[in-house]
Amino acid sequence: MTATTDAAAPVDARVHRIEVRLAPGEPDPFAGPVLNEARAALGAITGVESSRIYLVEAALDPAMLQRIADELVADAINQRPVPGASPAPADGASIEVHYQPGVMDPVAQSTREAIAEMFPGLALDRVEVRTGFRYDLHGCRADADALRKFAERSLANTVIQDIHLAPFLPECFQQGSAYTLRVGHVAIRDLDDAGLMKMSREAHLFLSLDEMRAVRDHYRAAGRDPADIEIETIAQTWSEHCVHKTLKSTIRYREANPSLDYASRPGHSVNADGSITIQNLLKSTVAAATNKLMQSEPHRSWCISVFKDNSGIVKFDETDAVCIKVETHNHPSAIEPYGGAATGIGGCIRDVMGTGMAARPIANTNVFCVAFPQTDGAALPKGVIPPRRVLQQVVSGVRDYGNRMGIPTVNGAVWFHPDYLANPLVFAGCIGLIPLDKCFGTVKPGDRIIALGGRTGRDGIHGATFSSAELTDTHADEFAHAVQIGNAITQKKTLDVILQARDAEDGPLFNGLTDCGAGGFSSAIGEMGKDVGARVTLDTAPLKYQGLSYTEIWISEAQERMTLAVPPDKVDRLRALCESENVEFCDLGEFGHRENGEPTLLLTYHGTEVGRLSMHFLHDGIPTPTREAEWGQEIVQSPESRVQSQYGKTPRSGSSSSTLDSGLRTLDSLLSSLLSHPNIASKHWIIRQYDHEVQGGAVIKPLVGRGQDGPSDASVLRPKLNSPRGIALGCGLQTGLGEKTPGGDSYWMTLAAIDEAVRNVVCAGASLDRIAILDNFCWPRCDDPKQLGSLVRAAEACYDGALAYRTPFVSGKDSLSNQFTTEDGRLITIPPTLLITALGIVPDVTRCRTMDAKSPGNSLLLLGATGTELGGSHYHSITGDDSRDRRIPHVHLSHGPRNAAAVAALLDRGLLRSAHDCSDGGMLAAAAEMAFAGRVGLDIELDGLPSERELDDITACFAETPSRYLVEVEPGKLDMVVNALRQAGVPHGQVGRFAGHQRLTVRCAKHGRLLDASLDELRDTWRKPLDW
Amino acid sequence: MKPLALIIRTAGTNCDRELVHAFELAGADTATVHLNELIANPRRLEEIDLLGFPGGFSYGDDIAAGRIFANRLRHRLDEPLRATVARGVPTIGICNGFQVLVKLGLLPEPDARRQTATLADNTSGRFTARWTSVTVPADTACLWTRGLDTFDLPIAHGEGRFVPADDEALRRLRDRRQVALRYVTEKDPKPQASFPGNPNGSTDDIAGVCDPTGVVLGLMPHPERFTHPTQHPLWTRMASEWLSQTPAGLRFFQNAVEHVKAGRTQPAMA
Repeated sequence: MTATTDAAAPVDARVHRIEVRLAPGEPDPFAGPVLNEARAALGAITGVESSRIYLVEAALDPAMLQRIADELVADAINQRPVPGASPAPADGASIEVHYQPGVMDPVAQSTREAIAEMFPGLALDRVEVRTGFRYDLHGCRADADALRKFAERSLANTVIQDIHLAPFLPECFQQGSAYTLRVGHVAIRDLDDAGLMKMSREAHLFLSLDEMRAVRDHYRAAGRDPADIEIETIAQTWSEHCVHKTLKSTIRYREANPSLDYASRPGHSVNADGSITIQNLLKSTVAAATNKLMQSEPHRSWCISVFKDNSGIVKFDETDAVCIKVETHNHPSAIEPYGGAATGIGGCIRDVMGTGMAARPIANTNVFCVAFPQTDGAALPKGVIPPRRVLQQVVSGVRDYGNRMGIPTVNGAVWFHPDYLANPLVFAGCIGLIPLDKCFGTVKPGDRIIALGGRTGRDGIHGATFSSAELTDTHADEFAHAVQIGNAITQKKTLDVILQARDAEDGPLFNGLTDCGAGGFSSAIGEMGKDVGARVTLDTAPLKYQGLSYTEIWISEAQERMTLAVPPDKVDRLRALCESENVEFCDLGEFGHRENGEPTLLLTYHGTEVGRLSMHFLHDGIPTPTREAEWGQEIVQSPESRVQSQYGKTPRSGSSSSTLDSGLRTLDSLLSSLLSHPNIASKHWIIRQYDHEVQGGAVIKPLVGRGQDGPSDASVLRPKLNSPRGIALGCGLQTGLGEKTPGGDSYWMTLAAIDEAVRNVVCAGASLDRIAILDNFCWPRCDDPKQLGSLVRAAEACYDGALAYRTPFVSGKDSLSNQFTTEDGRLITIPPTLLITALGIVPDVTRCRTMDAKSPGNSLLLLGATGTELGGSHYHSITGDDSRDRRIPHVHLSHGPRNAAAVAALLDRGLLRSAHDCSDGGMLAAAAEMAFAGRVGLDIELDGLPSERELDDITACFAETPSRYLVEVEPGKLDMVVNALRQAGVPHGQVGRFAGHQRLTVRCAKHGRLLDASLDELRDTWRKPLDW
Repeated sequence: MKPLALIIRTAGTNCDRELVHAFELAGADTATVHLNELIANPRRLEEIDLLGFPGGFSYGDDIAAGRIFANRLRHRLDEPLRATVARGVPTIGICNGFQVLVKLGLLPEPDARRQTATLADNTSGRFTARWTSVTVPADTACLWTRGLDTFDLPIAHGEGRFVPADDEALRRLRDRRQVALRYVTEKDPKPQASFPGNPNGSTDDIAGVCDPTGVVLGLMPHPERFTHPTQHPLWTRMASEWLSQTPAGLRFFQNAVEHVKAGRTQPAMA
């Protein structure tokens, strides 16, 4: 190809354009997916070519430009650089997608630095680069409107990118304009309630009336109007995201027929009218359980730091601890799923980096809740991204961030429900390793406030308060500024520096640190300086571009920034370390500032005072009103309970008879439907995109078995390569048992999730007395007493579950505004969702087992009794069968832990060849997974199933009774296993035998042969639905 | 005295710790150096016996995997690096390290002094992490894979499709016995391998190549992630003896350390 424009014009800086195309004949792996989508949207397209575009603004002569093209941006072997803007193909159209000015574009940044390094005479600040993508659609006859619509849906997100239907080559790049200081004040003292609420909404403060009144009264007493930056600081600090005000509030709770002994619970009192007052819900339930467990060993010495720091810390071995945090990033992911998910995991990683005196991240987890991918595009409410694209993009976001940082993403789950349509949930977790003597930091007055990592820009303004808002059809426009795009390498470099600073030979170069997350500097410095005060010089923060106001600098949630408290005599060494690793460093002021004896925050900009706030008011001034909560199953159930058409299939409502009269075919089709239900189906498409092996610690991987395609219950890692000690990571999510299911109850949903998380890590080999758990509540708005009532039920279950299983909660997080109002005013609330994450210690990883069946001749035992309840099961959701027991199953608080202990003991004695959690899809789905993962045939006899009542075949196969395990036992060890189970009082029975064939058969004495299916076909059925 | 291995890292390198561990298990001492520091003090290369370019996402894989790292080496360290290789210092580039060596032109034909092959996007168009079976051509010149036959290693990359400049370049590779490792495919005559399949569409199923002398190896699979028996994905299916065997990945590093101990490298000219 040859140049089409662009003649020689030396020395003046202008924008040059280079297209990078594939060499003729080279395969284009990215064109295929675009071609398919383009054909579906635009009709006959004969081919798609993709290319990358580099726009370089600098004073370049033609020789320099040629070198950039040949040596830097294009590969010498399989690509061809094309200077200038080549026209759209004669037989079709072209679409270009370019990042908007100011949006983080890591490739542009790296290219800019590489260009400056190539030409020593060219200063870095004289080079600007932007990048874009071009798609040539051959044979395309669509008009501009159709092209633009297609691009918006499939190629670009217009929140951060612009679409061009002609080659884009601007004369020059748009620059930010200089900022002129104007200190603003907010007249709040004379506002009435209506005025306060108007201000709260319009200024995106999202404070309640009580809170706005408290702010007004504080400034009335002070006799002055607040500066704008003060109001913003208060709004960030008091946001739900930062302070968890709902979970920490006092609650008056009503329940028609109280099902629990509330009076005996810590922080609970029963009032004369029968209502229950709960002081600080979190402290009285979740944290109370941990406190109680920590009163005795082993938890007293095992739990090192809980609910205090950025993550929870437990002891790993005699020299190190592990810390864990799980976050959500729901609203940003609804608007820009890729950036939202990437910065979700990025922020959680920073929480771990900012724990104690800094931990080294060793693993990530991720869980997504989305609507069914088949959701009809036409049915999408305005402002909602199609669920398939949401899932693709959030996976890409987690992949690109985790992989680039070199942290293995090892555990996760996906849950599908139609009501996640407008409000997808993105949970991201991170686990770190930290030396025992580095678990705590203390900020000292006189320490310099040092910020490291990314520069500050206008991205992510109001993210913390935005998380408290309800989404609507206009949220994408209104909150575009809350979107953040990450740059994982900036964070990796920052991590490299922080760990070296922590491990400096003569002691750490800092006294404490935290990440800049929600609320940016305002939260980070506000938190670190809580007890000592701080003086902050906002003008010294390095900016991505000029024009930011001091308030924007203060509250920006630009990514990859950490704040450190550094003793003055160590500042130079830290600066030198940053320079050696090309990490941005800035001195933002000093910790330690008191006025009238009180720690105070003093904010200046180029010497002018712009804000002054009492730390006491900032952190303790938030009013704690009593919130009303009520619970009764009928009140929380959505009138339009959508059991039907969950994923595009018409349920056979109530039609199934109680016996399997249609014989083989019915069980076969039910099993196939369940294995292909997206909740149960293989997630290999996601897992294989994550590097789960980096750092070399993977012992039990997310996919296991002969073909690396069986679903592991949990992952096991060996964080220290010279030690056999490991950690197991698993999770529990039982959304199907919550209030959106008829008869559902978040109390039992929560216990089932705890039981499942424990089952998962126990199956992999975790030691039962060293399991820590985390809670992540995602609820609709809890100013609705019914939703808050459901949240209370879940919190009470956390207390009961943690004590029963002796699994302390060590950290948690909540996200409580997950609902969406459509353009026509319809409210969509998410199902109450509680993710339980479990972290267990594995004393010796060589004792671990996997879920895949190992050998013919071994027995398959089911541990734990199966109940008749089918409510909330996947069987019920696909059939709508109301002829059987519709109640939801309940966890038994002594049987559950007993069964877990029995499995742990059998594994510890080396008596099991495999162990598998029996959950989604019931016994038959779990047994099928074991068989096809191991490529070992299995003959099941339903008569061996342990149960307290007589079960019909359907219930025996598909009930999702909790606290059950499937284990594989060699013939020579069967007696020992059975004896041990008898002694432990665990109901058990042999439900099958592994065989030399490659089939799964099921029979029972009464009906004979019920199923005879090929393992390969079952595996394909399970693999296909999400094989994207 | 133990041989000294130098591991070069930079912004976005993330497999340096396990590479250090692998060299140490094999009997070497190690030092890890940031590229900036090495540029400032290139004479450090004169003190070393082994050299490693770890995996990761140097500079974020921005533009193309390994491109920016390779350009920085070409502009700032080309001669010291060539001198190190010329005195026979066993050098390994794994994954991103392989991409760097190929884009720098140090592999597969250092004398060409230009890039003669590339590592392009996987044909799937996506990053893939899985274990895969690989086999060592019996006649390879490579010292790192000596004595190894067919075994499993993990891959984790999005740009691993080995593409030689042309058929002639491929023929030269074969003639000079520079193919160090191939993916085992379903059509392969050795079907006993656990996870057959060319995971990225590489020409001739090439997973790794060496320079004509056999001391410089670049490969997409990660031998440093298979230095303990429990890293293998099927270890829970193996008999208990498995836990006491030497994993194939570790053998790479043992081969290199033995090569140095046997005195097959030359000291740097003072």
